[in-house]
Amino acid sequence: MANDINPDHLRELVLAHISDAKVEVKLFSGDDHFEMEVVSPSFAGKSRIAQHQMVYAAMGENMREAIHALALKTRTE
Amino acid sequence: MTDTVQQQIEKLVNDQDIVLFMKGTPQFPQCGFSQRVAAILDGHHVSYASVNILLDPAVREGIKVYSDWPTIPQLYIKSEFVGGCDIIVEMDESNELAELLAPFKNSDS
Repeated sequence: MANDINPDHLRELVLAHISDAKVEVKLFSGDDHFEMEVVSPSFAGKSRIAQHQMVYAAMGENMREAIHALALKTRTE
Repeated sequence: MTDTVQQQIEKLVNDQDIVLFMKGTPQFPQCGFSQRVAAILDGHHVSYASVNILLDPAVREGIKVYSDWPTIPQLYIKSEFVGGCDIIVEMDESNELAELLAPFKNSDS
């Protein structure tokens, strides 16, 4: 169960790393193509690349294997 | 070994103004995200070098280390990592990409 990748699990992973985030995740195709929007004050002053890297870091190894595609949007508010 | 791949990637991004690491080629993209970024570049009428990472597993893994970025495609302009598909689409919609690409526009288009 712990290895199950689903939208709820991905949301928890982001929240574990970026605790003030508002996260919306949904599947957009199959069971491993996800769409995610992360809103967090922690992104303030950071480049888009740095913001996305924070989210990718939260996903950890899942980015390499379990997640086939992740369409990501980040904003500060 | 890893160093060699990193040096190879560094040379690729330094040798050309615009380099797109993608799955497949601009003519025959093999992933929707790669296809989207190639189409955006084509729409701006710029010439760019493309690297099909599916042909070389070492580059495929190495490029992720090089930029600390887990996904393909990856766009580099003047040796600098600009972003993956989501960021390029956002920058295209906000006109930031047009500004960034302006110096490289083909004069005959």
